[in-house]
Amino acid sequence: MSSVKAPLRAKSVSSQAKLPKTELEKATIRFAGDSGDGMQLTGTRFSATSVMAGNDVITFPDYPAEIRAPAGTLAGVSSFDLSISSNEIYATADYLSVLVTMNPAALKLNLQDLEKGGILIVNSDNFAENDLRKAEYTANPLESGELNDYRVVQIPITKLTLRAVEETGLSHRDGVRCKNFFSLGVVQWLFVRSLDQTRDWIEDKFKNKPEIAKANVLALQAGYNYAITTELFQARYNVPPAVLPSGEYRQITGNQAFSLGCVAASLRSGLSLLYSSYPITPASDILHELAQYKNFGVKTIQAEDEIAAMSSTIGSAFGGVLAVTGTSGPGLDLKSEAIGYAVMAELPVVVLNVQRGGPSTGLPTKAEQTDLLAALYGRHGEAPVPVLAPATPGDCFYMVLEAFRLALKYMTPVIVLSDGGLANASEPWKIPDVDQLPELTPNFHTDPENFSPSTRNPETLGRLWAIPGTPGLEHRLGGLEKDAVTGEINYEPENHEKMVLLRDEKIRRIAKDSPQLELIGPEKNKLLVVTWGSVFGPAFSVISDLQTEGYPVSMLHLRQLYPFQEKLGEVLLNFEKVMVPEMNLGQLSRLLRAEYLVDAISFSKLQGRPFLISEIRNRVLELIK
Amino acid sequence: MNIQVKPVRTVELSKADFVSKQTPRWCPGCGDYSILANVQKVMPELNIPRENIVFVSGIGCSSRFPYYMNTYGLHTIHGRAPAFATGLKVACPDLSVWIVTGDGDGLSIGGNQLLHMLRRNLDVNVLLFNNRIYGLTKGQYSPTSEQGKVTKSTPFGSPDIPLNPMLFALSAGATFIARTYDTDSKGMQNIFKEAAKHKGTSFVEIYQNCNIFNDGTFSAVYERSEREDRILRLNHGKILVFGKDQNKGIRLRGLKPVIVDLDKDFNEKELLIHDQFCEDSTLANLLSGFDYPDFPVPMGIIRQVESPTYGEKIEEQVKSQIEKKGVGNLEKLLRGNHAWTN
Repeated sequence: MSSVKAPLRAKSVSSQAKLPKTELEKATIRFAGDSGDGMQLTGTRFSATSVMAGNDVITFPDYPAEIRAPAGTLAGVSSFDLSISSNEIYATADYLSVLVTMNPAALKLNLQDLEKGGILIVNSDNFAENDLRKAEYTANPLESGELNDYRVVQIPITKLTLRAVEETGLSHRDGVRCKNFFSLGVVQWLFVRSLDQTRDWIEDKFKNKPEIAKANVLALQAGYNYAITTELFQARYNVPPAVLPSGEYRQITGNQAFSLGCVAASLRSGLSLLYSSYPITPASDILHELAQYKNFGVKTIQAEDEIAAMSSTIGSAFGGVLAVTGTSGPGLDLKSEAIGYAVMAELPVVVLNVQRGGPSTGLPTKAEQTDLLAALYGRHGEAPVPVLAPATPGDCFYMVLEAFRLALKYMTPVIVLSDGGLANASEPWKIPDVDQLPELTPNFHTDPENFSPSTRNPETLGRLWAIPGTPGLEHRLGGLEKDAVTGEINYEPENHEKMVLLRDEKIRRIAKDSPQLELIGPEKNKLLVVTWGSVFGPAFSVISDLQTEGYPVSMLHLRQLYPFQEKLGEVLLNFEKVMVPEMNLGQLSRLLRAEYLVDAISFSKLQGRPFLISEIRNRVLELIK
Repeated sequence: MNIQVKPVRTVELSKADFVSKQTPRWCPGCGDYSILANVQKVMPELNIPRENIVFVSGIGCSSRFPYYMNTYGLHTIHGRAPAFATGLKVACPDLSVWIVTGDGDGLSIGGNQLLHMLRRNLDVNVLLFNNRIYGLTKGQYSPTSEQGKVTKSTPFGSPDIPLNPMLFALSAGATFIARTYDTDSKGMQNIFKEAAKHKGTSFVEIYQNCNIFNDGTFSAVYERSEREDRILRLNHGKILVFGKDQNKGIRLRGLKPVIVDLDKDFNEKELLIHDQFCEDSTLANLLSGFDYPDFPVPMGIIRQVESPTYGEKIEEQVKSQIEKKGVGNLEKLLRGNHAWTN
């Protein structure tokens, strides 16, 4: 752990204000409190302000599965991390520069992530005996000396907030609810941020409740003023703007990017979009988002269950629209039979699976990569399905487009594996030029001459898509084995084997049609780190640092997990060692071993949260020693 | 952007146009043959182009049906035909969609899908072949089998209480429910035509004989010699009478229906009159509850009421959002409300 850069290490000091302004390259801040304390909102607002100030920003919300666990308990703690940087960043830092805790439970669960010497802001109004008991503290940590390693800033946030909003005449209960904006005001001062944007946002958000808007603005300003006047802090911190590639940017989460990708695919293909889904954490936001886009011709169905969501998606694909569903692990299990049907009927559907901790209900709000083998093999029979995985929140947009491209061209279901981390995390995203987006072409067949449901494109082996409403092409599709020529039911042994091989070959051909592998670093090296999904962020941070430091390590990030891209086997052979960090027990490493007979070394983490940079770094250094 | 389904045009089609090349593979003597023939007979009379008709099914003997219809067809997975049809109908509102299912497919494994399609009032037609047995798996009891039924899986009698398909559909909010049986060609054809006309889910239960695993299960009801005494033929606006000599009627005593003998001194004005269009579902509930041997089994349309369909609601939302916000602009959408330039 020793080699991690301390995020608060100063580069230079300017002394324009009364207090020294310390310039930082990067800082990581966590807001932690009770589920009802509004920490997600506070974090989101601070990241929006930082983005507008020109920083590169990565966020990582972490919240419990319970909507409101008993107030003040450890089970109810919700938190929001953000790293702000004056350089491009790919992962939040391992240790926090600033931790804001609204109660003892939040302190207890999060203190270990604060760097020694880091700033700890505490709402001291919430440390009465009862609060401490709920957080299972036997002694008051504010008095016991256990916080001596940190710069503790105690603020009676609740009292000060109530005093600040007094003039609005809000009830005690509503007044207390403004305290998250008080804490935001303190942090905005600390990081030399203007309040203007937050104020505008509050006024817009609560435009129908002017007294609430006013109270929140008062609380925000009070926090800011309090920090100025009380001299609680020894310095203020300035993270200068990052130099990102020029262009227009916005903040985006993985789930938003999925939704926008679906709409873009609809417009690029000329097909209307139908999204049918059953609510499940952490995928529900895709349904919420797409349900708003009716004016793009988007139709959404909240199905009665996961099976119906998948089935209606396939039904709509038969009708000739762009068909997509979204789910998470338990839902993927329930969808398996219908996905197998789509393999058999050869209909184009996209399944967005936002992975969470499993098995069973597992960790509904946490991230894991444990559905890879289920996506590849979780169906009875030989039922190959292409599997893609976005690397970052913004990449979810492009992976949806790629999924639809493959689905339409090869007439197949495609599974896209995101995870709970990517789904809710956000990053600045360069807004794409619409005209540069790939054109998607549905190959509707209309010629009745020699048509059968088995007629295929000889190059892709994709079946022809003949949709109801087309005269002369009336045909039946089903789950029973079909004749390779006529498409009618056929149980003959040789025909079945032929069809199994044909469906297999069709998906394998995608390997030739995929984007080239992008190796980061030398083609021959001591160590290759192979990653997929959200591990990209921390792994890329580590590998680019190590490469700058001169270590013999390269990195390969896979966005297509089935079929593997061409030449992957050859690439792997050029390295003495291959390491695969994954948030599972080695699912990709097992696939690489099986497919290419390489001694891929698995590096696992299953804690429902991403790898720390230091964890990957230390393992890499061990392997190249 | 929508896939345009060709507008309905007048076509001269015959029954033969609806017969596919696939030879039916039901057991000889199966009631399914007669249902197939009558559906094929009715199709040309609907005046819908063949390419706009889709038959969707699940799994089971009845679910092989789409293969034998020369229309578009989807033979899907067990119990899920209503969900497939929901996606299809929402995607393509102009198609005429028919679901063929059975007592196992529709009421056991697919109960949830059927329930939710009915409550949404999806504009499709459902033909539920009820033979009170699992045929394709060779003879286990089904959700409509009588309690005590001895089958391969219940050698000492089924402990289950059977489900009444009409009451199930009614309590799910069905807007059209009807019953017919596999030897009544005229009855089937009338109901199929009415079902096709109805906007919303038309739910038709068809008593169907499985001559291999449950032969004669409904004989007591519709055997030629007995049926006029055991079937209540429903005619809208007509009094509820039955019997070979049309000498039995149904009246209420308090909230209870009772059978009365018309030959004895009786006032016809006290008999119940069938009203299939009645918004209130009390009469439909009453009729749906009739079963042999306590009551004659109602055949015909029990309920037929107007209500907005699921597809209409979705189309309306798309239309009104376009009117309100204009046709969506992708560039604007991607940019969002808080873009900045670096």
